[in-house]
Order: sequence, then structure tokens, then C-alpha cells
Amino acid sequence: MAYLLQQLINGLTLGSIYGLIAIGYTMVYGIIGMINFAHGEIYMIGAFVAVIAFTAFSNLPLVVAIMLVLLFSMVITAAYGWTVERVAYRPLRGSFRLAPLISAIGMSIFLQNYVQLLQGARNKPVPPMIQGGFTVMQEGTFTVQLSYLQIMIVVTTLVLMAGFTHFINTTSLGRQQRACEQDKTMAALLGVNVDRTVSLTFVLGAGLAAVAGVMVTLYYGVVDFYLGFLAGLKAFTAAVLGGIGSLPGAMLGGILIGLIEALWAGYFSSEWKDVAAFSILVLVLIFRPQGLLGRPEVEKV
Amino acid sequence: MSRSIASAMGPGGESLVKELGFTALIGLALTVPLISYETIDDVGGLQLQGRWAATAFIVAALVMGRLGIILLRTPGRETWVAAGGALAAVVGLLDLFRDTVAGVLGLERWPAISPSYTLAFLLGVGGAVLAIRAAVQISRRNSAISKAERDARMESLGEQVRKLVRVFAAVAVLFALTLPFMPFSNRYVMDVGTLIVTYVMLGWGLNIIVGYAGLLDLGYVAFYAVGAYSYALGAQYLGVSFWLALPFAGLLAASFGLILGFPVLRLRGDYFAIVTLGFGEIIRIILINWYDVTNGPDGISGIPRPDFFGLATMTRRGSDGLPAFHEYFGLEYSSEHRVIFLYYLIVAMAALVAVFTVRIRRLPIGRAWEALREDDIACASLGINRTTVKLAAFGISAAWGGFAGAFFATRQGFISPESFTFIESAIILAIVVMGGMGSLVGIAIAAALLIGLPEVFRDLAEYRMVAFGAGLVMIMIWRPRGLLSHREPSVLLADRSPPGRPVPAKAVAAGEVAQ
Amino acid sequence: MKRALLTVEHLTMRFGGLTAVDDVSFTAWDGEITAIIGPNGAGKTTVFNCLTGFYQPTVGRLLLERADGERFLLERLEAYRIGRDAKVARTFQNIRLFPRMTVLENLLVAQHTSLMRASWYSVAGLFGLANYRHAEDAAIEKARHYMELANLVEVADWQAGNLPYGAQRRLEIIRAMCSDPVLLCLDEPAAGLNPRESAELNDLLLLLRAEKGVGILLIEHDMSVVMRISDHIVVLDYGKKISDGTAEQVQNDPRVIAAYLGEEEVA
Repeated sequence: MAYLLQQLINGLTLGSIYGLIAIGYTMVYGIIGMINFAHGEIYMIGAFVAVIAFTAFSNLPLVVAIMLVLLFSMVITAAYGWTVERVAYRPLRGSFRLAPLISAIGMSIFLQNYVQLLQGARNKPVPPMIQGGFTVMQEGTFTVQLSYLQIMIVVTTLVLMAGFTHFINTTSLGRQQRACEQDKTMAALLGVNVDRTVSLTFVLGAGLAAVAGVMVTLYYGVVDFYLGFLAGLKAFTAAVLGGIGSLPGAMLGGILIGLIEALWAGYFSSEWKDVAAFSILVLVLIFRPQGLLGRPEVEKV
Repeated sequence: MSRSIASAMGPGGESLVKELGFTALIGLALTVPLISYETIDDVGGLQLQGRWAATAFIVAALVMGRLGIILLRTPGRETWVAAGGALAAVVGLLDLFRDTVAGVLGLERWPAISPSYTLAFLLGVGGAVLAIRAAVQISRRNSAISKAERDARMESLGEQVRKLVRVFAAVAVLFALTLPFMPFSNRYVMDVGTLIVTYVMLGWGLNIIVGYAGLLDLGYVAFYAVGAYSYALGAQYLGVSFWLALPFAGLLAASFGLILGFPVLRLRGDYFAIVTLGFGEIIRIILINWYDVTNGPDGISGIPRPDFFGLATMTRRGSDGLPAFHEYFGLEYSSEHRVIFLYYLIVAMAALVAVFTVRIRRLPIGRAWEALREDDIACASLGINRTTVKLAAFGISAAWGGFAGAFFATRQGFISPESFTFIESAIILAIVVMGGMGSLVGIAIAAALLIGLPEVFRDLAEYRMVAFGAGLVMIMIWRPRGLLSHREPSVLLADRSPPGRPVPAKAVAAGEVAQ
Repeated sequence: MKRALLTVEHLTMRFGGLTAVDDVSFTAWDGEITAIIGPNGAGKTTVFNCLTGFYQPTVGRLLLERADGERFLLERLEAYRIGRDAKVARTFQNIRLFPRMTVLENLLVAQHTSLMRASWYSVAGLFGLANYRHAEDAAIEKARHYMELANLVEVADWQAGNLPYGAQRRLEIIRAMCSDPVLLCLDEPAAGLNPRESAELNDLLLLLRAEKGVGILLIEHDMSVVMRISDHIVVLDYGKKISDGTAEQVQNDPRVIAAYLGEEEVA
């Protein structure tokens, strides 16, 4: 029981991070119908910026430092998201079907090795900053820990999600975003700047991925240039599981993937946990491609 | 101040300043943490070291480049842009070869402008691209020929390229066959040659599913791995010989392909791509974690080399009742024999794939693949079972990957999961995409470039994957159909015309489009 | 003696809350041209998509009876089996050719099923056996025959995507014919054609009906085509059938006039 609870806590934390990344996949897919394969790398860049910023701000008070790092990482990562779309995807609109995905794979490989080239292949550690937590439960010798950091991650995610949903649903930029998602041509005719809206989508997605990057840096205390590949795939799985194109779906999918991974690692074996994630991806796509909260797609004749 | 520059630029000057300012901001955001600070591992944790010269240089170069592109929008300023681009290219080039330049001029040292060789290179390339773009724009404007005429010229140029490609293919085949006997040939050349031909075969194998059927398979390396491990394990546990294992490696890979393909082939294109990627990763994780059978990350070593078609061994001394190769043929022993034998083996396997591909493309199944790539809904309406047709492509593609894998295992003598990462799939995919999906010659050229060039520029190995990723993006932007994008029809009525009813193919091909 | 080729009974197709086709029944006769007309959004293309297996109808029976006595319930078949076994071929509103393949190749893809059998599922073909070569020659001759009918022989080796629009329409029709259909479904074949091309199309359709005896089901907006060549017209409006009969009967039906001219009072 206690063990299960601990795994659930860990899974929820992990799942929040996946959920934040998954939103980027789901929004981009919703608006231009492509899998932004480089999104995992955007998240990795967010984490690297966080490492550099934490090192630079190490003599500031902790709360100030975290706030600054979050802001800094979001801005910088958003710039990367914007540039990736502008350079690698926008010129391909109207190209053949698979061109954007191939370009995205190229971008992903480029960014990974670009960061490796600039910052080296070795793991980059940051000192643990937020320590301690609550003891939730004691069962025999096993203590269930809920760390302050875990609380912070989950709360930050929830606040961001709420704010973000509010933004998409009520502001005029959010309305334009939803309009483009429905029908780009019509939106353009009605005076929506489609290019700008697509850019905005990438910027927002990258900003959220940056938050995930900062959180993961705090949580694990170490980052490397390869971090984005697996996390990206899992977050994509989360987006598909939740129903691609659906914001609550992305969050739900992220949390489910996090929980499944934590439980799998806790009860079976941690070596095989990636197989679990990939198997879910394959199974969902085969049996329920619209995901949990998505709408089914009809073959257009 | 900026106001006065803006007004000096004439109308539109303000937006120019705005645009350049935006570029500078983006440039700063892209460079400031990741380029301007290097993280150095230190005893007390990370230390930051500034790289501000590089940062300033990059931002300045980006703004200048952006300025050039903006200027190209209004006609009449191309000459300036061309001159500026050319200047940047020359400066970059001089910087890049600063030691040589200084030596030639007899100077102590050349006063370099770029902070590093990498940046000098990028400056040179960027300047050259800008200059070429400007020059193309000038020539377009000055030439009086219409778009139709230009298209016609491109068409005839394409025709010449097509003829050249045929000649080139013949020369390349001849070269591949005589490589071991070339005067410059040595062990290293043979190894690189074998490696290139292996990738040519993999490219041709993947081409069937990606180039013809138009399905993006991101997990091709899984079949390569299945082939490699089925021979390695077969040899280790059952003592199977290479020749017996080869067909099984192909069959096993094909069965894996069919089992995976059956449920996922109905998925939409990009979902299919991601699922194949997931499948590739699953196979790799299994190879890593199934320690008892696959020996995990340590891999399998001591994989036996193939014998000479059951007649002789390729070792120094014969074994198992077989004589050694040099004894069998009465030659002097040379360790090169085995290298050359392996080279010809992979050339023969690749040739088999080529012949098969050329033939199957002219069969109904081959045409159905291409039709599926063009429009799968139309295919269904014509009574083509999309699932079986795709499955055939997937299985055949997988089989070729399996064969290549078995060869890889026997050539290396050692395999481990590390050889079968996603990057490997991406490289094979890049070969197919860059070559021009569907073009065997193009794929062979792309394999030679993508595998051969890194061997030539070994000193720059750390830049290899960066260039590879950037190259993939650039191909998609500039030549999304690959280097050789021409599609050769699988059948021509002109070739079939019964006497008395000639089809004026030339007249038609060059003729006007009605309406 | 007229023979029913396709009998549609109570066809209904709902998408979520929207009923695109509502309890439509009609019959298409063998060797005749049946036109389905109606204003935009009347559900015509949806009927086609149900007939050719791209949609699964919510309710309804779609019975196809071939001259050889074989009967097929189309609503139970997958799209490719409707083309392959029931022998219903179709064209699309927004032309679906294989644009980078040549005209001749397009026509050979349409003969996939028979050529596949002749090539022993590629084995005979791979080894270049004579039986496959003969089958391929025959297929090319058949393609040539149709290209002659549609006036496309000259452009046989062009990429289909480079043809002028009218030629693409004709190619799509003869491509469907190359699969030897008993029923040919044409989705707005005259859309976007100029008057001359439209007249050529009429001639081609009449020729196909006369020479091949194929039943043709036609969705069309262009009344000059519909009225001149159809033997029988079905009118849909808002997913419901409002009229059914010869060109003359339909033209004089007050409900049809109301649907097209938007008159409120229906006689």
C-alpha cells in the first residue's frame, strides 16, 4: 500500500512533466497536422538553458533564482521554437506529405548534436536546491515521501495548465489559434494572420516545454543532450493516448504515461519501462487512434 | 539615431529597422546562453566560461544576412547584395585557410576576423549562398525568356542529365567491380567500399517501402538487427553456417515485418512512421535487456566468417575438412583475400536487390506501390487491396534489411545493440530521401556521399551529425524530391507501338499543353 | 427488357447529429445512364461514398446484381472488394489520378487484379515468363483501345498530372473503365470543363454506354450534360429523394422546381 502510494506520487510528478511537453505536440498537430519531432529537443534545450542559468544565478536567493530561471528558459526556448518553425517547417507548407516530418527529424538530429557540440557530451549536474518534504505515511520500515519539489512540480503544472486553457479559450489570440485549427484558409479570409498564429503555437509549446525542462533539471539534478529523444517520444505517446489535438487529453495522457511508467518500474523492472511506453503507443494507435478524449477521424474522399 | 538611419533608407525604412531589430533579438536569444556560455565541469560543480566574441559575431552575421534578404525583395539592389555576399564569402574563405594564406603572402599571421574556424566556414557558406541567390535573381530579371521557355530548357537539361545518369551508372558498376584491383586499392579503401555498398543495399531495400510505397519507415534498423542477430545467435547456439543462415535471416526479418505491418499499415502516414520508430526502439531495448540470449549491451563476438561457398575457408588454415582458400586455388596466402571476398559478396547482394527492384517495378505489384504513394484512395476504388500491397512492400523491404544484417554480422564478427540505434535508421532514410525516392542511381550516389564523405573528413567527425541533421532539413526545403528526382516510366507506349502507327513521342513531349 | 443493376433501399447516412442522406431508395438500370442531381449539400457524394465502400451506411441495403447472376450487398464489402469483386468503379469530384505516373501506367494500375493473377502474384513476372508477357501486352492493348476512345493516345507517355484538365477528367473515366466495371459511378465529371470539353465528355459517355453496355451512375451539376444524356434522373434535396423519372418528368416536377428556385409553397 505504502509502496503503491509512493509510486503513484512519483508517477504523478513524472506525468506532469510529460503532460507539459505533450501540449506542444498536441497543439502543433492540431494546427498544422504535423508531428513536431524536434519538440523533445526543444525541451532538452529548455533544460540546458536552466542548467546554465542556475549556475549563473547561483548566488541569488533561491526563490528569485527559480523565478528568473523559469522566465529566462521560457524566453530562450520559445525563441528556439519560433526559429525551428520559421526555418524548417514554414518553407515546407504545400510540399509533399512526408516532407515536414523528415525535416523535423533532421531538425531533431541537428539540435541534439548542436547542443552536444556547444556544451559537451558529458552529463551536466546542478546542485540539489529544494530539499526535504513531508512524510506522508509510515509502513514498517518504508516511508512514503512527498518532497517539496514534487509538490512544486505538480502545482506549477496545474497552474500553468489552468492559465493556458484560460488563454486559449478566452483571449483573442487563443480564438485565432482555434480558428486556424479548424480551417486555415477560412481563418485567413477572415483576417487571421495564419503565419503569426502558427508561430505563436510553436512559441507557446516551446515555453511549456521549457518549464518541463526546468522542472526536470531540478528533479533529477542532471541533464544531457540525449534527454529529449526518449522524453519526446513518451510525451508524444501521451498526446496520442489523450487524443491528439486535445489539451486536457495531453495532460491526462501525460499523467497516465507517468503513472504507468512509475508502476511498471516499481513492480516489474525499470529496464523494460521504455518498452511499456512504446507498446502503449503502438496499441493506442492500432486500437483507438483518436485517443481517450479525441474525435475520430474520417478518411476524406 | 536609428530613426535617422530609417529615414535615410527611404520609405519602408522604419519597418526595416524593426525587422533587423527582431532578427537581432532572436539572434541574441539563440546564442546567449547556449553559445555564449560554455559549461565546464569543475570540482565544485559547473563553471561558466564566456564565448562572447563568437556570440557577437553570430548576431552581427545574422543581421547582415537578414539585411541582404530584405534588400533582395525590392528589385535593383541585387548587385549590392551580390557584392556583399561575395565579400563575406571571400573573407570567410580567407579566414578558414588563414594559415595557408599567411604562408603564401609571407606574413607572420593573417588577421582573422572570425573567432573560430567553424564560424569562418559558416560565414563563407552564408555569404556564398546570399551572393548566388542575388546573382540568380539578376539573371532571371535580365533574361527575356518566359517561364515556359525556361521550363522547356530545364526539361531538355533534365533529358541530358538522364542520359548522363545512365553513363554514370555503367561507369559506377564497372568501378565497383574493379575496385579491389585498382592501383590505389588497399585494406582501408576496401573497408570503406564495403561499408558504402552495405548502405547502398540498405538504401535500396528501404527504397521499396519509402520510395515506392511512400510509407515512412523510421525503424528500418530493426530488420537489420533481426538479420544480424539471427545469424549471430544461429551461429553461436546452433552452429549454423553463414550460407544456411542468410536465407533465414531474410525470412525472419520479413516475418517480423509482416507481423508488425499487419496491424499498423492501415495507420495514417505520420502515425505509421512513429509506430515503426517505436518498434525499432522496442527491438533494441529487447536486445539490450534479454541478457541471457543476446548477451545484452556487451553484444556477441566471435561471429564466424563465411566460407567460400562451402568449398574452402577464408582463414589461413583450413578447418572442418575444408582447405584454405589460397590452398584451394593454389595462391600465396594473403589476408586481403577475405576482405575482397566480403566486398564482392556485398556487391553481389546489392546487385541482386537492384535487379529485383528494377524488375518488380515493372510488375503490377510495383506499379501498385507507386500508385499507392500517389493516391491510395484511388487505389482502393480500383480494387487494389491496400493492406496486402503495403504488406508486400513492407515484407520485401524487411527481407533485404535482414540479408544486409546477416552480412553485417559476419563482416564485423561482433555485433551489439549499439549498432542499431534510431540514428542508423535516420541515416538510411536520409540516403533514400537525398538520393531521390525511387531512384536507384541517386540512392547509390547519396550513400557514397553520406558514408564516404565522413570517412574523408575524419578530422571533422564531431561536426558530422550536426551537418547531417542540417542537411536533411535543407534537402527538404530545396530539393524535396532528392538529388535525382526524375521518375522513369515503368512502361512506354512509344516502345510498344505496332508498325504503321508511330506515336510521335518527341513531338508530344516537347509539345504545347492544350488549352 | 430492363434489368435492375443497382437497387438502393432506405439508404441513410448519419454523421453524429447530421443526417446527410435520409431514407433514399432508387434503382439504376443496366445499360442506362442514371443521374443523381440536387443542390449543393443534397447528399449526392455521400450516396457515392456509401456505394463504393468509403462510408459505412447507417441504414440501408445496396444490392448489385450482375448480368452473370452474381449478387453483392455493397454495404457489407470493403472499398477495394467493391472495385475488385462487385466491379463497381468510380471517379472523384476532385480528380484522383496518379499524377506522377504516365497515362498508360494509370490505365495499367486499373487492371491490377487481372495482371496480378497473370503474373502469378509476381513470380512469373519476376522471371519474365511468357504468360505474363502476353497478359501485359493484352493489358496495354486494352489501355490503347480506351485511350483511342478518349482521344488520349497522343499523350500516353505523359505524366498524368501534366495533362490539361479536360484530359484528366477523361483519363479518370477510362481508368475506371479499364477495371471492367458493370457499374461506373461518375462524381461530377463535367465540373470545370469548358463547353467544348463538356461536349466531348457527353460523346465519350454515350459511346461507353453504347459499346460497353456499362451502367452509368452520374452526379452532375451541369444540366446540359444531365438532360442530354441521362435515361433516368434521381433528384435529392437535403438528403431526401424528392423526384425520380425521365428528364422530362423531373423538369416538370414542381418539387424539383421549388428545390432549385427556392420557392416556398410546394404543390
